[in-house]
Amino acid sequence: MISLSEITKTYRMGEVDITVLSGVSLSIQQGELIAIMGPSGSGKSTLMNIIGCLDRPSSGVYRFEEREISTLTDDELAAVRNRKIGFVFQTFNLLPRFTAIKNVEVPLIYSGIAGKERHERAVPLLEKVGLGERMHHKPTELSGGQQQRVAIARALINNPPLLLADEPTGNLDSRSGEEILNILTGLNRQGVTVVIVTHDPNVAARCRRTIQIKDGQIVSDIHDAKG
Amino acid sequence: MNLIETFRVSLEAILSNKVRSGLTMLGVIIGVMAVILLVSIGEGARVYITKELTGLGTNLLIITPGKTSTSGGFHPPSAGTVRKLTYDDAQALRRRAWLLTDAVPVVLGTGRIKNSNLGRDTMIIGTTPEFQRVRNLYVDTGSYVSEADVDAKSKIVVIGTKVKEELFGDRNPLGQVVMLSDARYRVVGVMRKKGTSLGWDIDDVVFIPVTSGQELFDTDGLFEILASTPRAEDVDRAIAQIKDILIRRHAHKEDFTIQTQGAMLSTMNTILGVLTAVLGGIAGISLLVGGIGIMNIMLVSVRERTREIGIRKAMGARNRDIMAQFMIEAMTLSGAGGVIGIVVGVGLALIIPVFVDVLPTSVSAWSIIMAFTFSAAVGIFFGVYPARKAALQDPIQALRYE
Repeated sequence: MISLSEITKTYRMGEVDITVLSGVSLSIQQGELIAIMGPSGSGKSTLMNIIGCLDRPSSGVYRFEEREISTLTDDELAAVRNRKIGFVFQTFNLLPRFTAIKNVEVPLIYSGIAGKERHERAVPLLEKVGLGERMHHKPTELSGGQQQRVAIARALINNPPLLLADEPTGNLDSRSGEEILNILTGLNRQGVTVVIVTHDPNVAARCRRTIQIKDGQIVSDIHDAKG
Repeated sequence: MNLIETFRVSLEAILSNKVRSGLTMLGVIIGVMAVILLVSIGEGARVYITKELTGLGTNLLIITPGKTSTSGGFHPPSAGTVRKLTYDDAQALRRRAWLLTDAVPVVLGTGRIKNSNLGRDTMIIGTTPEFQRVRNLYVDTGSYVSEADVDAKSKIVVIGTKVKEELFGDRNPLGQVVMLSDARYRVVGVMRKKGTSLGWDIDDVVFIPVTSGQELFDTDGLFEILASTPRAEDVDRAIAQIKDILIRRHAHKEDFTIQTQGAMLSTMNTILGVLTAVLGGIAGISLLVGGIGIMNIMLVSVRERTREIGIRKAMGARNRDIMAQFMIEAMTLSGAGGVIGIVVGVGLALIIPVFVDVLPTSVSAWSIIMAFTFSAAVGIFFGVYPARKAALQDPIQALRYE
């Protein structure tokens, strides 16, 4: 489903070029549950951004579902993010002035879906993550765990094949974090490809494959033999 | 994202901070209101003058001594070595210009009218009976200057209503004797109340026979000759007739000017049109300032919502979706401001003449359409820069923004 080949990413800071990723190659099959681990500055977030089509590699080839991402226009990338990828962020990134259900509907706005249908599709998703009773609450009225659940529902609203989570439990207490992890693994069991960036080994332990990245390169890529 | 959806998103943002949105709109509101109000005042003046001029009845021709190159202004008193227009000139026109229904001689001066101890400075018009018909100003009680009065140079006077009230209060002035510039005159009539006509306050004027006037002012020249012809189609030929007769009487010199009502109207129109445009332009400047205010606030708004822009882009919003969102927001602010400004402006334009009657106003549809179009254009023009800034945000940077 995903293949990255010799991906590099370089930033120019003043007169100096900073290379964040140098020659990263990997493939991801449909239905995998992957953890990407690495210290700060290792490039794991950058890798995640490139996989998520939020950023373009400086060189290398990124193939997502047979399409070569580097040939796509900005608008086409936006369409890929809209339909094919769901994002879950460490800081939840919900729109603060909107209710939970309106937040979940946001991707559908950019898919061109009308209001009534958006509502009808959002409600069951919120119920699925256990927030059916709080769909009209604003983010300030929800706990961290609840906000992250809204974010997950939002990420799923267009039935994307790929879910990317960047430190999804980073801002949560261990109980909420556990709940979130359960939801993510549950989704994976239903066929969604889930990639989690984390520094928490407990989270990585729940995933079937762990990729270690350091100084912009993959240093290990271990498939868990256990089921 | 379709238009209605975009509009809803923009509306939500505007309503989320009503005070800020209201203050932002204020600039546009005031600008539009000023445009509507000032243009209405200018138009009101134009409509008023036009009504005055066309309300003069039959086609009025004003013959004045001296040749002016522009025709259509209100003429200053004759000066210098220019040959005068005489009472005989007027008589000649009466007899021989057959297209004219009237040719009325007019002398003009000022003087003091006194009734024992009450006195008043007043404008004195010396003329003939046909003046009433030609200028549509009639006597109310008593009688006007008569043909006999003119022939006899009688010392009779017809007074305007303000003069009557000042000098006589409620008493009947007819038959009373007054001093007019130190000569004894008898009051024979009071004019109908009229107000201002062609710049003169008729109520503050007194009329005497033209021949008496010439004696009073010690002149044999006239201020003007007023002529009229009933049909508009005849005006040009009437002018030709007048010129023909007068040039021969004036040693083959065209040392007089004939002004037509039409020319006066068009000059007035032009002058007031320019005035209105200038007023509108000045008001338009304030509208521009309002637009700058919108741009300012939109820039702040865009920066505050950097995170939101990043989130939307991560969810699949394209550059143009973000651009549309902020453009519509700016245009809604300026459009709503425009509508409110129009309502307030029209309201004021309708109320002010009730309280201040020297300021007539005329609200026209085109000024409303123009003002609204302007406010929409302001929204577009001043919204582009902030909207572009928003649209070109890098989603990753935006998501990191605190």
